[in-house]
Amino acid sequence: MSKISRDDVANLARLARIEMTPAELDHLSSELSVILDAVARVQEVAGKDVPPTSHPLPITNVFRADENRPSLTPEQALSGAPAQEEQRFKVPQILGEE
Amino acid sequence: MIYEKSATEMATALETGEISAVELTKAHLDRIAAVDGEVKAFLYVDSEGALAQAKEVDQRRKAGEKLSPLAGVPLALKDVMVQQGVPTTCGSKMLEGWRPPYDSTVVSRLKAAGVIILGKTNMDEFAMGSSTENSAYFPTHNPWDLTRIPGGSGGGSSASLAAFEAPLAIGTDTGGSIRQPAAVTGTVGVKPTYGGVSRYGLVAFSSSLDQAGPCARNVLDAAYLHEVIGGYDPMDSTSINAPIPPVVAAAKNASVKGMKIGVIKELQGDGYQAGVLKRFNESLEELAKLGAEIVEVSCPNFEYALAAYYLIAPSECSSNLARFDAMRYGIRVGEGSAEEVMNATREVGFGKEVKRRIILGTYALSSGYYDAYYGSAQKVRTLISRDFENAFTKADVLVSPTAPTTAFKIGEKSNDPIAMYLNDIATIPTNLAGVCGISIPSGLAEEDGLPAGFQIMAGAMKDERLYQVGAALEAALNSKWGAPILSKAPKLGAK
Amino acid sequence: MALSYEKVIEKYEPVLGLEVHVELGTKSKMFCGCSTEFGAAPNTQVCPVCLGLPGALPAVNGKAIEYTIAIGLALNCSIAPFSRFARKNYFYPDMPKNFQTSQYDEPICFGGFLDVKIDTDEGVKEYRVEIERVHMEEDTGKSLHMGGATGRIHGADYSLLDYNRAGIPLVEIVTKPLTGTGKYAPEVARAYVSELRDILRSLGVSDVKMEQGSLRCDANVSLRLIGAEKLGTRSETKNVNSLRSVERAVRSEMIRHAGILDKGERVIQETRHFHEDTGETTPGRSKEQAEDYRYFPEPDLVPVAPAADWIEKIRGSLPEKPSVRRKRIQEEWQVPDKEMAAMINADVLDQVEETVKLGADPTRARSWWLGEIARLANEREVPAASLPITAKDVAEVVALIVRGELTDKLARQVVEGVINNEGRPSEIIEKRGIKVVSDDSALLQAIEKAIAAQPDVAEKVRGGHIPAAGALIGAVMKETKGQADAAKVRELLLKHLGQG
Repeated sequence: MSKISRDDVANLARLARIEMTPAELDHLSSELSVILDAVARVQEVAGKDVPPTSHPLPITNVFRADENRPSLTPEQALSGAPAQEEQRFKVPQILGEE
Repeated sequence: MIYEKSATEMATALETGEISAVELTKAHLDRIAAVDGEVKAFLYVDSEGALAQAKEVDQRRKAGEKLSPLAGVPLALKDVMVQQGVPTTCGSKMLEGWRPPYDSTVVSRLKAAGVIILGKTNMDEFAMGSSTENSAYFPTHNPWDLTRIPGGSGGGSSASLAAFEAPLAIGTDTGGSIRQPAAVTGTVGVKPTYGGVSRYGLVAFSSSLDQAGPCARNVLDAAYLHEVIGGYDPMDSTSINAPIPPVVAAAKNASVKGMKIGVIKELQGDGYQAGVLKRFNESLEELAKLGAEIVEVSCPNFEYALAAYYLIAPSECSSNLARFDAMRYGIRVGEGSAEEVMNATREVGFGKEVKRRIILGTYALSSGYYDAYYGSAQKVRTLISRDFENAFTKADVLVSPTAPTTAFKIGEKSNDPIAMYLNDIATIPTNLAGVCGISIPSGLAEEDGLPAGFQIMAGAMKDERLYQVGAALEAALNSKWGAPILSKAPKLGAK
Repeated sequence: MALSYEKVIEKYEPVLGLEVHVELGTKSKMFCGCSTEFGAAPNTQVCPVCLGLPGALPAVNGKAIEYTIAIGLALNCSIAPFSRFARKNYFYPDMPKNFQTSQYDEPICFGGFLDVKIDTDEGVKEYRVEIERVHMEEDTGKSLHMGGATGRIHGADYSLLDYNRAGIPLVEIVTKPLTGTGKYAPEVARAYVSELRDILRSLGVSDVKMEQGSLRCDANVSLRLIGAEKLGTRSETKNVNSLRSVERAVRSEMIRHAGILDKGERVIQETRHFHEDTGETTPGRSKEQAEDYRYFPEPDLVPVAPAADWIEKIRGSLPEKPSVRRKRIQEEWQVPDKEMAAMINADVLDQVEETVKLGADPTRARSWWLGEIARLANEREVPAASLPITAKDVAEVVALIVRGELTDKLARQVVEGVINNEGRPSEIIEKRGIKVVSDDSALLQAIEKAIAAQPDVAEKVRGGHIPAAGALIGAVMKETKGQADAAKVRELLLKHLGQG
């Protein structure tokens, strides 16, 4: 039985940037444990000799020519912005630097 | 009534001048106004845009321009497909009010062909679900029984067809979201070969599985729509650079004589409703009568498909849906730092199922678990492709019931994710392998009088076979029933 | 109290790891057709793809792949017959999709090396820097931090985002841990970045402007006791944006680490930021709680499997290696080692070569770039190459000197004018009215005036005391406002006083 603790879910929620209520964390940890048990079956047949498939069809080398295409206008680009200023997307203060 | 005709019949009426595109569009808008209060297939009806488009088609026709076969025929667009200037929500609160500044390739092609886009149809949020109950706005009702689900995620599209609100619709199919809704509403839905229809502008759920495709009330209509939206697109790197398979010709030349039809042993039996299986077997008999050879094939790894799917799709979605962060578009909730606003917005903006899958996917990709979960699921994918390859050496097409059951009651499975996931057990393998599949009506299940679906699967870029076999079976069944199945559906809008 | 550098290297051995990010000079972005032009108005070079709008899909710029392969080949790497893009998942507002399309365990180039030379008191030393990998990825947008007291990220009230830079192709070049450099670690780090930059420039794949951020270096530094096997904990100093800073940042980190280790404390694995003004680093994000990037193969892009003949074609078109070119130039121009090193150090070799190509003789060309121009660059604390003076300007000035139309002194005024953005040399000469007074009669007039003013000095010269002429020459030069050729004045003056 896979066991996903409440702390595990809290950590996943942090990684996924979702603020969850304690009730949600509790609920999801029990639910995920059940789902993980069901999906863990994949391990039964995933032998070392089986190559993984990341793309359903075996296509390679699809390249675009290095040419310019029209961009959006700044008005279009910013049309969905929750806030804007000086033709830029206005966002709340960013903590920490990458 | 004109709206009860097939798309092909409407196209003929338009061509002969029996009706104008504006009149046809108005007829559909009126129909929507009359019945959508009950069905709730549409999230947004674009009357103005549709009529403007129809007017233009009429002018072009009047000017003697040679138009595409479907010019002037209305269509319902799943809300996961981006259309410039028209609200696109993907059934989520997250995108409430968003009007995209660009057209998806599918929409560009529809517009170029003069297909009239009536509006955006309801869906499970971000295409995650099998019942359209996960829409953040409202559930859609099955026109066969308004207390039941219309399938999902594309329940809005399938219901709009069954309710005669549109003769054509666009769906997207990640694990069955075109075919299962078609099955439970008595309509036709096709998941083309992966890469057969451009994904540019299709809001991604699971990129390596998502595929847009045609939905219609009969096989030939679906084929015409397939030829409008299909084909290579340089904007989608996974799009196949080859001609569209000749699907219209195949639908017209509907012979199965001498074809080998493989029944997948693993996709029947336990978990399948008796009435669904009965109609499936009768359909097989019809095909045999038409001269096809029925063989049994085994795909032993299909039993792992559901598990693989529920790792791959959540993993990819956890990454695809990261962009919804309240910074550039969509809703913004909460105060404080950017991170706090992101956290609060994603908590409020996403529904339960979406959050569940994001968390599951985040787990499956996280370091230490990747190999056991995501990595293993990708290996299962290889095994499923091998099963298909092997089966296609023994049969030209493979068949199964589309969904294990007919439409269930709204609310019946909403608290049991695993029971809900089982709806897609027969449709998921094609998505994992990138091959194509169609669902056509196989009749009404005896126990509940609701439609059941018959699924046909073919190898990559062999889409024409779906139409060839589908049209042959459809013709045989229609003549057996005396009329298409939808004529048996209860009349809506009587109140 | 910080340790002296000498103390640090007596006891510890530094291990370096350098990660260089280069913005490729393609016309369009990595995954879309938007322009990569620097300095455009905000959010004018964005589209659904690079803004990460729902539904948009990437399409790989083939030129970027070609450039990356060229870089790999120039760095003696193997080219992977099969590689994939991967998504690096983390949230940051300057990254529109909240994942970076990058490469993970399948980089396109791997296992190369670059030999670099440094000039030391013990002579020229050569080091081999091993290259771990060269991979492709995309750049992020730019944020402006607004409000608050400092305008920096900390204390800002909000930020404004411009995504013009988002999606510009980046190539990341990562070294293997570099050991054995001892006390020369800072110089080797600088020489590596410098040599790498020269290679990238010679390939024509990037404009490699560190000050504009098109070439950025992250320096990983750790120390271990001399003789120890185990690597120490490293710090990663981000975005060091000049060659000089690379050297300073490495040295400063070595001293800081040694201070911590000497106290018996533990170095924290973290990101640090280098400050040009103080020459020191300050902590950034701590990596103690390591970010889990959840890499997985990018499903929207198909694998890259470059054909062998394509790779060979790229190999065949690689330009002369900078090290080979330097050797050739040194021999052709017969430049002494020291001066050659000075040119490389001042990063003016391209300019000098170009000046020579435009007709100047190598010695004059060199002395202008290493002399007056380098001096003015130093004053302004910018690299000589970034001044607004071109090889063409210098060649023009040299030609005027050779033709006797400018004196060295006047030429310096012209050069300064060009650097002050007053125009091209001919325009400055015109505007400032600079010209050599070579008209004999005008000079004679000035000479007579000088003699009349200082008759006693003139008498001494007439009497054979030649050195006294200096005072008269000075007066003539003053009279002609420095526009006369001093040698010519001297010649005429002496002749006039019967000493010619």
